[in-house]
Amino acid sequence: MAEEDGAILRLEGVRKSYGSRVVTEVLHGIDMSVNAGEFVALVGPSGSGKSTLLNLMGLLDRPSGGRIFLDGTDTSTLDDAGQTRFRGHKIGFVFQFHHLLPAFTSLENVMMPLLVQRGRPDDEMRQRARMLLVRVGLEDKIFARASDLSGGQQQRVAVARALAMQPPLVLADEPTGNLDSNSADQVFDLLREFNREYRGAFVIVTHDHRMASRCDRIVEIVDGLIRKVDTGS
Amino acid sequence: MRFELILAVRFLREGRFQTLLTLAGVAVGVGVIVFLSALISGLQTSLVANTLGSQPHVVIRPQDAVARRMLEEGTDKVAARVEGAAQRPQKIPDWPANLGRVERVPGVVATSPIAAGAAFAVKGDVSKAVALRGVDPARFDRIVDVTGRLKSGAFRLEGNDVVLGIGLAADLGLSVGDKLRLVTEGGRSDVFTVGGLFDLGAKDLNERWVLSSLRNAQTLLNLEDGITSIEVRVDAIFEADRMADEISDRTGLVAETWMQINRQLLVGLKSQSASSWMIQFFVVLAVALGIASMLVVSVVQKSREIGILKAIGTSTGQTMGVFLLQGTILGLAGSALGCGLGALLALLFRSMALAPDGSPVFPVDLTWTRFVAASAVATVVGVVAAVAPARRAARLDPAEVIRYG
Ligand SMILES: Nc1ncnc2c1ncn2[C@@H]1O[C@H](COP(=O)(O)OP(=O)(O)OP(=O)(O)O)[C@@H](O)[C@H]1O
Ligand SMILES: [Mg+2]
Repeated sequence: MAEEDGAILRLEGVRKSYGSRVVTEVLHGIDMSVNAGEFVALVGPSGSGKSTLLNLMGLLDRPSGGRIFLDGTDTSTLDDAGQTRFRGHKIGFVFQFHHLLPAFTSLENVMMPLLVQRGRPDDEMRQRARMLLVRVGLEDKIFARASDLSGGQQQRVAVARALAMQPPLVLADEPTGNLDSNSADQVFDLLREFNREYRGAFVIVTHDHRMASRCDRIVEIVDGLIRKVDTGS
Repeated sequence: MRFELILAVRFLREGRFQTLLTLAGVAVGVGVIVFLSALISGLQTSLVANTLGSQPHVVIRPQDAVARRMLEEGTDKVAARVEGAAQRPQKIPDWPANLGRVERVPGVVATSPIAAGAAFAVKGDVSKAVALRGVDPARFDRIVDVTGRLKSGAFRLEGNDVVLGIGLAADLGLSVGDKLRLVTEGGRSDVFTVGGLFDLGAKDLNERWVLSSLRNAQTLLNLEDGITSIEVRVDAIFEADRMADEISDRTGLVAETWMQINRQLLVGLKSQSASSWMIQFFVVLAVALGIASMLVVSVVQKSREIGILKAIGTSTGQTMGVFLLQGTILGLAGSALGCGLGALLALLFRSMALAPDGSPVFPVDLTWTRFVAASAVATVVGVVAAVAPARRAARLDPAEVIRYG
């Protein structure tokens, strides 16, 4: 059915609550879908549940209710190991605090998702990682340690890493939140270009209205519910 | 290199100081184990060798001779073994047949019939109580290496030759070629020639033993062609008890082992081994705790990296593998250093603990199996110690880590 309507990701009545003694429900039933190749902005006030939702989409956490279909598979039927494998193959992440492995080089960081899946390094993955780094404009930083890069450079490495497995879905939680406007534009442009080139779907949490307006669609979340959906540019 | 190994090596390299300290800890532990076990084993081997150098492994006697000897002298004294005290030596019945039975017991490598009894050695007007032992030199050499410990002369016992200890020779002022008279209880006596002098490393034996031919001793002690005991060497000294039982069963004679005769020594060796094992156990425990605590800290320090790795698809098994491998590497590398350290300590000890003549007091028993065993233990301990930290790492929730950056 996911294939029928071209949706790579579909959420049905997804709920999430935290706590065991005092239970707080953060998401109150989210229905939405993301089509293959679509570029979606997720906006909303602080604390509205955007990161929570993104973590559920990325299989980093399990919903308290409802179902999540990823690439046609009902992810609630997968055990933890299955979800981990699925995550490795289907999803690329870009986090707000870039989250690279600081002691590893740019190249190693970009290779890492491939290395995790294949078990040992090979020339093909080295080549692919190098191409991605060239593509994000870091050909002269390939062998630099991640901790020696600037914030914007680190985030570009993170973008390259998210694309290493050529996943059908890339999730980015405020990927430009910590960058100056120049670097932020650069990173956003890269994401948008990759979206066009690889036809992967992107869901991007952002507080920046100018960026949101450049997306295919804007989904606004308020107090754990989808308030409205705008069709963007 | 596999993914897990790449990460394990990286994590260890990043934690430079902690890694070095832990490695040093493992190395010291393995070094102590290697050194201590080599020392104790060398010490015990040489103690046993010294003791058995002048003793048979098993002594076979007639029934009542032993009972009487124990009544007269008590049991635990080494000196009790010396037959000189027995007034009228008891003969082993039908000894050639019994000797044959003993020789057929599996594990018996040498036997020597002995005709022994009390005598006096007289030189001029000096007289000393001695233990006269009639032996066949070739056979007795395989029980107690007299030839190897001769100070002068030869261990042949032809004609009226005798061989005696340097202590007795000094007491009586004898040297090779001199004559002495041996007198026994019943007033029988004869003149003998000193054919050789030995030093068995035991004062008591050096002052009391007079070795003669079997024939001469039998005549002087009025044994006709009988013997008083059979002395035996076996291939596995710590199985002497079992063999002695077998000998008793087959001959009906009493078989006493070196272990019974040297009970104090054995108790000493056992408690020494026990305390050495205990020390080694606690060293191993300390090594394990060192590795475990370092890895627990490392899991906490690396929780961000672990969370990222899990988010990008690293499985629970891979995550555990990274930390189990760190434990393995610490164990292996620490062992290599520790073996070197242990060998160094042992060589240092060997060069410092010297007898007055400059030779080592005793050999430190540095065999390669000791290194292999210590390394294997340390490596296994490294893996086991890493299990708890590895499970902690595997349980880390990537969502938590990512949320709190
Ligand atoms: N692990 C957790 N335990 C308890 N409460 C949580 C947990 N994670 C999130 N919450 C709560 O859920 C709500 C939504 O949090 P979330 O991080 O999803 O918001 P957000 O929309 O991403 O906000 P921001 O724009 O500030 O990042 C908040 O009230 C938060 O306190
Ligand atoms: Mg958030």
